[in-house]
Amino acid sequence: MTLAQQLPMIVVILPLLASPLCVIAGNGGRAKLLMLLVVWICTAISVQLLSQVVDSGPIDYQFGGWEPPWGIAYHLDLLSVFVLLLVCGISALVLSGGHKIPQEVTEDKVSYFCALILLALSGFFGIILTADAFNLFVFLEISSLASYALISMGKDRRALRAAFQYLIMGSIGASFILVGIGFLYMMTGTLNMQDMSERLPALTDTSTVRAGFAFFIVGIGLKLALFPLHFWLPNAYTFAPAIISALLAGTATKVAVYMLLRVTLGIFGINFALEQMPLDRLLLILGGSGVLFASMMAVMEDNVKRLLAYSSVAQLGYMAMALGLASAAGVTAAMLHLFNHALMKSALFLAIVPVVIHVGGFHLHHLRGLGRTMPWTMAAFSLAGLSLIGVPLTAGFVSKWYLLSSALEQHLWALVVLILIGSLMALIYMWKMLEEIYFKQPENPNAAAAEAPIQLLIPLWILVAANIYFGIDTDLTVGLAEQATQALLGAHP
Amino acid sequence: MSETLGLFNYWMVVVLMMSGLYVVIAQHNLVKKLVGLSLFQTSIFVFYISMGKVDDGFVPIVTEGVSQYSNPLPHVLILTAIVVGVATLSVGLALAVRIRESYGSVEERDLDTADGVEPTEVGDA
Repeated sequence: MTLAQQLPMIVVILPLLASPLCVIAGNGGRAKLLMLLVVWICTAISVQLLSQVVDSGPIDYQFGGWEPPWGIAYHLDLLSVFVLLLVCGISALVLSGGHKIPQEVTEDKVSYFCALILLALSGFFGIILTADAFNLFVFLEISSLASYALISMGKDRRALRAAFQYLIMGSIGASFILVGIGFLYMMTGTLNMQDMSERLPALTDTSTVRAGFAFFIVGIGLKLALFPLHFWLPNAYTFAPAIISALLAGTATKVAVYMLLRVTLGIFGINFALEQMPLDRLLLILGGSGVLFASMMAVMEDNVKRLLAYSSVAQLGYMAMALGLASAAGVTAAMLHLFNHALMKSALFLAIVPVVIHVGGFHLHHLRGLGRTMPWTMAAFSLAGLSLIGVPLTAGFVSKWYLLSSALEQHLWALVVLILIGSLMALIYMWKMLEEIYFKQPENPNAAAAEAPIQLLIPLWILVAANIYFGIDTDLTVGLAEQATQALLGAHP
Repeated sequence: MSETLGLFNYWMVVVLMMSGLYVVIAQHNLVKKLVGLSLFQTSIFVFYISMGKVDDGFVPIVTEGVSQYSNPLPHVLILTAIVVGVATLSVGLALAVRIRESYGSVEERDLDTADGVEPTEVGDA
């Protein structure tokens, strides 16, 4: 086997192996360099994998040449490489932005910080690529344990409590997924996802499979912060170090949405998951109430990071609703929104990083007058905010448009109204921040709030440019999402 | 014969799992919450181990004259899950230690008072 054929394995193994090396490399900046190097290599690999899958169809990778069901396999189809590239790209950009500017973690912890980030990424990549249900659980726990530790590294002592709360909720979620895997293994006698999906249609009448399905959905719902299981997310994002909020907002919940798509559509199949079981209505109701409730919380919030976190819960509600439509158009909209939301939310959180460092806080009044002192950062923040609202010519508009049109396709007028109300509320909470930024005098005009360093501005503006580019040129993302939907649904006609 | 015995395991799994979950929700002491979480996870280990049992199956070591073996795979899987459980517990305990260092308590009510929030707002994880 040539090296090129080993790429699916390398992308997972590399961060895993580099993580202890980061600890050995010590705190003198070498750990950070190593981390950035690894993340960029992974991004390059994922670009290569995406082009391979687009050119020549799905890749199957078997560990040690053992064929499934004996060996563990990775299965790379369009959806998985699409999400892999998204997660790699977002983390590479966000982490490059966090490079060199003073971190919020103390200097002697930087090497551990980098090691944990690599562990979390390795877990995410594993979840995305694996075709083995038990592997999914193990990678999920690798990424979750690393995230708990990362969140607890925030300066505020409430970060510890946020991390503890997340640990309890996250472990219950992962354990539910483990029970779900157990039930499916009892019935199908295999852990390979493809084998499972082939054997399940004959077994859907058993209560074991139904119970397994329910456990899976509740577990993933916890990880996804699906309303009303979202209580850990606002705390975790608020108190985590700012760069970690930016990283997790663009990756962790997106990987959870990917898991939801993979399990409901890939393993159980759309017929069972969304038609026989009432998951479609459940997702519509929970997603809809999530959008309303979380947007309302965001409108009332004056802590910027918590506001953005609630807005994330609302956006995840849109993705859940899109999947709940149970149509090809809905699934496409969910994938599009997954991609676009990762772009806009990590840009928003990344723009908050210099505010936290230079102004020293992340409440609304800290933003006051920053339009003058940090024009470039705040312009990026505003553009990403417009994309969040869904203004035309931004990425946010494209995915909301697809969501609206797939709702119209099924004549769900209530849903259309709800999406519009949600966007209106997004406008209100973004306006609250923009008003402080551009129309208020700085609190303390003498304070030296300077422009963010160029190392942060470049990745930030790349993210913002992506938001605009994918709002104008929709062929690439929409085309990929449509093909990925077809591949995912095609397996279960 | 093994009908009741086999089901007994699963009933115990349900009892253990629900007691664990109840402890996580009802207790306000962070360490006790972690004890509940461990109980909850351990019940899943029992679930997997019971699952591997095949009726009239023999210990899965190749032996002459035996054709029916129990399934060893769930046991192997659960070894990994046990490791994960230990890691989760240790991260949780480490966080509890850090919380005690900075707040001086692991009781949720004290923590809520220290953070100046209404005790019901953050409440139960």
